[in-house]
Amino acid sequence: MTKADIVESIYEKIGFSKKESAEIVELVFDTIKETLEKGQKIKISGFGNFVVRHKRPRIGRNPQTGQSIEISERSVLTFRPSQILKQALNK
Amino acid sequence: MTKSDLVEVLGSKLKHLPIKEVEVVVNTVFDKMTSALAEGGRVEIRGFGSFEVRTREPRQGRNPKSGASVYVGTRKVPFFKVGKELKERVNTNGRGVSAP
Repeated sequence: MTKADIVESIYEKIGFSKKESAEIVELVFDTIKETLEKGQKIKISGFGNFVVRHKRPRIGRNPQTGQSIEISERSVLTFRPSQILKQALNK
Repeated sequence: MTKSDLVEVLGSKLKHLPIKEVEVVVNTVFDKMTSALAEGGRVEIRGFGSFEVRTREPRQGRNPKSGASVYVGTRKVPFFKVGKELKERVNTNGRGVSAP
């Protein structure tokens, strides 16, 4: 499933034009991205939480050569699925 | 930011729409993704990331409280892989600096 399928269901369900449906779906994801970019989390009840986690620098190893290299400090996005979503997958 | 905060922010960007409709849009987006995953499908949102269903092998677990051994059957879990664009945006604007 892609964004186009979501657009299609918005179009069918609410009756916006295809163009308007596409713009709104785009705006939903853009708003989520802007929020995460600021380091804030997104909590969607029934679906899950998107959380930005800060990682400290650490020493890693190139598994091929065995050479030690420093892995820089970074921020990563993690998704924690809600109980409801997990249950939905196991019905 | 919760789902209702998201509806509010979107509502302020879409002033011509009643807030109820914005709420229906947001719910539809996540309901649609949930049902696709429930059917075992993959969801790919360009610029955001992709969701897929992974299968966890059955294992012998333990009740941490009583110590009793329990069997945990095959389970399906959702897995999210961050898209390249969002991965970079989160990293450059967070405290982390350089992208790998």
